[in-house]
Amino acid sequence: MIDTLRLTAEDAAGLLKRKEVSSEELTRAYRASIAERDPELHAYLHVTESADGDGVPIALKDVITTKGVPTTAASRILEGYVPVFDSTVAACCKDAGLPLLGKTNLDEFAMGSSTENSGFGPTRNPWDPERVPGGSSGGSAAAVAGGLAPWALGSDTGGSIKQPASLCGLVGLRPTYGTVSRYGIVAFASSLDQVGPLTKTVRDSALLMQVISGADPRDSTTVELPQPIELPEAEDLRGLRIGIPRELNEAEGMEPGVKQSVDAAIRLAEELGAEVGETRLPRSVEFGLACYYLIAPAEASANLARYDGVRFGHRAQVDGDLTELYERTRWEGFGDEPKRRIMLGTYALSAGYYEAYYGQAQKVRTVIKDEFAAAFRDFDLLVSPTSPTVAFRLGEKAENPLAMYLSDVLTIPPNMAGLPGLSIPCGLSEGLPVGLQLIGPQFSENALFRAGHALERAFAFDYVPERLR
Amino acid sequence: MTGWEPVVGLEIHIQLKTQTKMFCRCENVWGEGPNTRTCPVCLAHPGTLPVPNGRAIEWAVKLGLALGCEVAERSVFHRKNYFYPDLPKGYQISQYDEPLCTAGRFAVPGSGGDHEIGIVRAHLEEDAAKTVHVGGKAGRISGAAHSLVDFNRGGTPLVEIVTEPDLHSPEEARRFLQLLRQTVVELGISDAEMEKGSLRCDANVSVRREGEEGLRTKTELKNMNSFKFVGDGIAAEVARQIEVYESGGEVGQETLHFDPASGRISSLRSKEEAHDYRYFPEPDLVPVEPPAALVERMRAEIGELPAARIRRLEGELDFDLSYGLVASGRDELYERVPGERRAVANVVMNQLAATGAHPGRVNAEELGKLIEARDRIPRATFDEALTAAGEPGFTAERYLAEEAVTDASELDPVIERVLAANGSQVAAYRSGKEGLLGFFVGQVMRETQGKANPKVVNERLRERLGA
Ligand SMILES: [Zn+2]
Repeated sequence: MIDTLRLTAEDAAGLLKRKEVSSEELTRAYRASIAERDPELHAYLHVTESADGDGVPIALKDVITTKGVPTTAASRILEGYVPVFDSTVAACCKDAGLPLLGKTNLDEFAMGSSTENSGFGPTRNPWDPERVPGGSSGGSAAAVAGGLAPWALGSDTGGSIKQPASLCGLVGLRPTYGTVSRYGIVAFASSLDQVGPLTKTVRDSALLMQVISGADPRDSTTVELPQPIELPEAEDLRGLRIGIPRELNEAEGMEPGVKQSVDAAIRLAEELGAEVGETRLPRSVEFGLACYYLIAPAEASANLARYDGVRFGHRAQVDGDLTELYERTRWEGFGDEPKRRIMLGTYALSAGYYEAYYGQAQKVRTVIKDEFAAAFRDFDLLVSPTSPTVAFRLGEKAENPLAMYLSDVLTIPPNMAGLPGLSIPCGLSEGLPVGLQLIGPQFSENALFRAGHALERAFAFDYVPERLR
Repeated sequence: MTGWEPVVGLEIHIQLKTQTKMFCRCENVWGEGPNTRTCPVCLAHPGTLPVPNGRAIEWAVKLGLALGCEVAERSVFHRKNYFYPDLPKGYQISQYDEPLCTAGRFAVPGSGGDHEIGIVRAHLEEDAAKTVHVGGKAGRISGAAHSLVDFNRGGTPLVEIVTEPDLHSPEEARRFLQLLRQTVVELGISDAEMEKGSLRCDANVSVRREGEEGLRTKTELKNMNSFKFVGDGIAAEVARQIEVYESGGEVGQETLHFDPASGRISSLRSKEEAHDYRYFPEPDLVPVEPPAALVERMRAEIGELPAARIRRLEGELDFDLSYGLVASGRDELYERVPGERRAVANVVMNQLAATGAHPGRVNAEELGKLIEARDRIPRATFDEALTAAGEPGFTAERYLAEEAVTDASELDPVIERVLAANGSQVAAYRSGKEGLLGFFVGQVMRETQGKANPKVVNERLRERLGA
């Protein structure tokens, strides 16, 4: 009997290697879990009926283009779209023999922090179905946390891997920008989008990163990692200098339970031998969110222009002219959040406003990069909570976009700087998981994995949701 | 038109003949069945990304150098946003404030010396797809029953060249464009055929009083698809603007369409409807930073440019002939053919061209022999030889063996017959219309089936008629 809730991908690979179980049996076990629990969780938008591969099955966020398998980005405007090609990461998973379990739910076009913005209904948190799993990779997080997939890929623009990992008690890696191909990833904000793993353990995260990372001739913005990804073994943090950016640890709206868990985690890091000191990121935190909400919508406004009803996806039935076809198709196909961001972005790029908004935001982005670079002169890694809150209730922030945007206030600054970040669960608050964000300089994935692995062992966090144990 | 000076700047699009498109590896080819050269990238399927064509960047650098431009050490692609079915991404990847090539000067030789045309910029971009409007009037979208899009052309590489408003007559604009075309063709980077759309030209036109400083409002004249229409279109627009000013009106900023059939100008859209393209740097691409070695390699590949050759040939020919030879791409053959330069130039430029023989396939040595003998051999033989000159294995030998008739005893009877049959012309000639001599020569040549030596016929006729 395969315990899909507890089995790590690494253990599953071990079972396969020792031929104690077949890939088919594994896939069947996860399909059974999907049949049992997905009606409640709604982690999947599409479950495959069959899939090739002899490895550990995987779920992919539905922005990841899969040949012959519907890919919707959780948008009605892409309903019925079946890609004719594989994204590079989907091809990497195929090449590694990972059978595709299905495509997971998300906030439409990855725009959101709760998966409530899906055009096909929200996903629920396996720890408490009354609460959101975070977002936008909420479907992938819920699938892994709920035992509906051994591991999954998400995508992270402002925190869409790290934040749901935090809210679902999982490990989420946002890799250094440019280390994982974006070819075939339905674009939200091109200069920020990055695919990464959502897993139960740090070692699983490293294993999956080995599968998906590397330069891709189809994505001009990719580079090769300077060192190959290693499976972490470290048990202590001796010699590691950890910086605690004050502004990230004392952000507005931080729940006391989250702060306590993270403070305890930092003390544990010291016990493991890390040198801990305070650092500052004043401008990154003050301006990061505002800057993000200019750059990301600006890029999105162009990235979403291709959904015009002419070549694929939804097309409105109109009697009128071309303009009416565009307007009705986009009006019917896009949900509120994409519409909001398209308007924001279009405005930020308009003649007469470009310099004040988009141009200025790009300059601030450079300031943020410089501020992080300065912090990394004194520290190897920076640490903060991943999210200021634990999983919130469905509907709690749905009517207040600004409150929802603040969910990402701690993950956005490092993302703006193109830095890698790892969220690992460090404890519970009100019975719900709290995530610890580890931020490293560019290409420091191995260092993040080593530290994350040592901390994970020390925390001994049980990733199986209490109500399902 | 007196008292007014036209001020014209051109925007030229040149489609590069790279093997593949600008940002995907679809074949870049003209005339294939609709939508047979497409892929997820150039159809803008979700998640697809552009990857620049290295050859296109090299060729744009090469063209920039030939235009005397500076090649930027760092150049950026931008997104130009607008909605239209021929633009599948909803934006065109183009360049904006950091183009690949800037600040060039392109010399157009004239009979009175060089005219330097400033080149503002030359940048790289992708072409839009082709839209065909079915039903309705004249292929316009308004009133069309339906519209079809062929994405074969979508995403093919274009270089856009923008000139300073340095052109001051329709003729000058036409000449500049011709010489630019010849340059591009010689660089081997484009077919640059206006009829096929691989060379496209828009003109920014304004007029001002002679001696007036500053520029008045300009209009944009779109897509004139031949050299002639470029000249005609600009001339028509210049005339229209002068008339507007002279009748006390003001020229408005608008985009215009020239209809070559009627010679009329019509408005496409006015400034109020102008697009806000919301340019911003293309985040899917990294900046283009052409290495110095690449720039030098491109510079080394550029041969002697047409303008320089025109000036060089002017040393041995008059301006019109040297310009004509170079602008038509016939100077290369001219330079290979031995013999008296003016005679060679005339034959290569006029008679040989009339036969349709491809100058690149002509055996220059043999042609030289033919030209040398052209007064000696019968005209008909010479013409026949020219027609055959482009064929493989052509030799002049068998034509050279034929001699034109110079013998007076053979020619005089023919001359007598021609004069007798054209009594009224003879009378006219004698009363002063000496231009008729050519007519009599032509008649004699026809009677002798081109075998007579025209020089001798000329002499005999002059003598006979003078008597
Ligand atoms: Zn293509």
